[in-house]
Amino acid sequence: MWNYTDTVLDHFRNPRNVGVVENPDGVGEVGSLACGDALKLTFKLDDEGRIADARFKTFGCASAIASSSALTEMIKGMTLDEAGAVTNQDIADYLGGLPEQKMHCSVMGREALEVAIANYRTGESGKKILEGKVVCTCFGITEEEIRRVVRDNNLTTVEQVTNYSKAGGGCGKCKPDIARIIDSVQAENRQSEAPAAQPHRMTVLQKIRLIEETINREIRPMLKKDGGDLELVDVDGNRVIISFRGMCARCQVAPFTMKDVVEAKLREFVSDELRVEEEKP
Amino acid sequence: MRQVYLDNNATTRVAPEVVEAMLPFFQDLWGNPSSMHGFGGRVARYVDEARGRLADLLHADPSEIVFTSCGTESDNMAVRGAAEAAGPAVRIITTRVEHVAVLSPCRHLKEHGHELTELNVDAEGRLDLDALREAVAGGPAVVSIMWANNETGVVFPLSEIAGIVKAAGGVLHADAVQAVGKLPIDVSRVPVDMLSISGHKLHAPKGIGALYVRRGTKLKPFLLGGHQENGRRGGTENVPYIVGLGRAAELAAHTIDTEMPRVAGLRDRLEEGLLKTCPDTRVNGDRRHRLPNTTNISFQYVEGEAILYHLSDAGIAASSGSACTSGSLEPSHVIRAMGVPFTAAHGSTRFSLSRYTDEADIAYVLEQTPPIIERLRALSPFV
Repeated sequence: MWNYTDTVLDHFRNPRNVGVVENPDGVGEVGSLACGDALKLTFKLDDEGRIADARFKTFGCASAIASSSALTEMIKGMTLDEAGAVTNQDIADYLGGLPEQKMHCSVMGREALEVAIANYRTGESGKKILEGKVVCTCFGITEEEIRRVVRDNNLTTVEQVTNYSKAGGGCGKCKPDIARIIDSVQAENRQSEAPAAQPHRMTVLQKIRLIEETINREIRPMLKKDGGDLELVDVDGNRVIISFRGMCARCQVAPFTMKDVVEAKLREFVSDELRVEEEKP
Repeated sequence: MRQVYLDNNATTRVAPEVVEAMLPFFQDLWGNPSSMHGFGGRVARYVDEARGRLADLLHADPSEIVFTSCGTESDNMAVRGAAEAAGPAVRIITTRVEHVAVLSPCRHLKEHGHELTELNVDAEGRLDLDALREAVAGGPAVVSIMWANNETGVVFPLSEIAGIVKAAGGVLHADAVQAVGKLPIDVSRVPVDMLSISGHKLHAPKGIGALYVRRGTKLKPFLLGGHQENGRRGGTENVPYIVGLGRAAELAAHTIDTEMPRVAGLRDRLEEGLLKTCPDTRVNGDRRHRLPNTTNISFQYVEGEAILYHLSDAGIAASSGSACTSGSLEPSHVIRAMGVPFTAAHGSTRFSLSRYTDEADIAYVLEQTPPIIERLRALSPFV
């Protein structure tokens, strides 16, 4: 069994503020059934702009439930600026600490809170959106998210990044990428980054070939591992039309669709102007 | 509070008769069985007796039993020993749902120049025998296929598998750690070459295992040392534990015909009760070909670790294939190999019974579990 603190076990056994706030001012949904934990956070503000009520629904392990419960207790009475400053370490501290391998539960809480605040302020969807390059395709973790946990928690090893963000915790193929990101964040702390490489032009034929190569090398093996597959249906300018097969066609639950993962990979290896469209069978 | 132990595929209670049989070998009969004096000589015949009892349980010859320290050692010894004996680049065939004690050495061998095929299973955890036929058709291979799966209890048709492998000239090892003591096993009828046994899965203590090695099987020793175990495994015999395993094998042989059908009845009652009282619940694995003591149930939309902690608060011990309990961040490789949907994979819960399980235990679990699932579903954003 995990070495949970009494506070963690108390919040797991007697979770506070379970449910959904009626007519919420902010909604934040992160995680998924596929990833093994998910959190829906809702809050309502009072007349002075302080959080009057905050509620959660969580699918996950004991520490995921405890982290969510703790988060709702912590942010009640806070202004959104105060709540926005809550870090994952604050959540872990409130619980008297979390096992290192469970720190990602506290990160999930911080992410849901950020999404909920953004939802209130900008009207953004209330769901986490994948932006930029997907590094860990097993859990759909982007480079930006990894940079964030490395910076926020001063992480120095790949194992720590996995504990805090889950990135690298599946097939493990992205571990060298994570190591590079850690190095780069550390380098950033010393100086600014080098300029990115120049994109080069290619013919339509070269593009299709490169798309096929990328699917075969980068995407298909990871889908097959979970019993799925995909087919390249057509390429029309920058539109790439694909169709999912097997398990992938039935997977309805991810916060990011597999389409987004495919798109991210194709943009990384072929051209960042590509758009992926899914043809439903 | 009532304590109900339903995690017998993880480890079992040491039978009181086994403890009793072992004690003299700590207190009085502590000699080395290899010694040329009375202290040792008196002990050696008890080792022989234990070897005979384990051989009887498997219908093997006592000379074909090698005692080891655990099931993992037996698996390593079989897979690596057979591959090393066969040549520098051997074809190895196994399945995606093996215990890591088999998968890890197989993958290690692959990294060292051997060729590895991992066979798939279907949604019910059944092996595709045509795929096995195809895999062995390429020439002699070292094949390692489990008799019964530790997570789902699914039993592979070892007779048919052995027929296929032997017809193609292969060497067959079966990880029977979960099967021995729960299923009748007769190596005089099923032509496996090697078979792994773990003491603590059949009411002997942890720290003792065995490998059945059919006479004539080519096998390089894994643990190099003295002449013990006929030169097949160095190291002074762990006499008290060997005696314990012998006694446990004898008890298993005596009770298997009466106890296992009773255990299967309790398991069925538990399974049917949970399916009836908890909506959105499914059984993982082929229910027709399964160990009598195991059920693997997925409670959809809730997570396994949370279920286990609540069950533990109620005095109930079970196990899960969820990410948080599998030692990684993904659900167990067995559940994934079967393509169990994510909605169900993280909530997979294994209940494994033993001959010490009784009706009151099952009634208690049936009373305690549904409210736990209901509580967790009330928290779940997916319900």
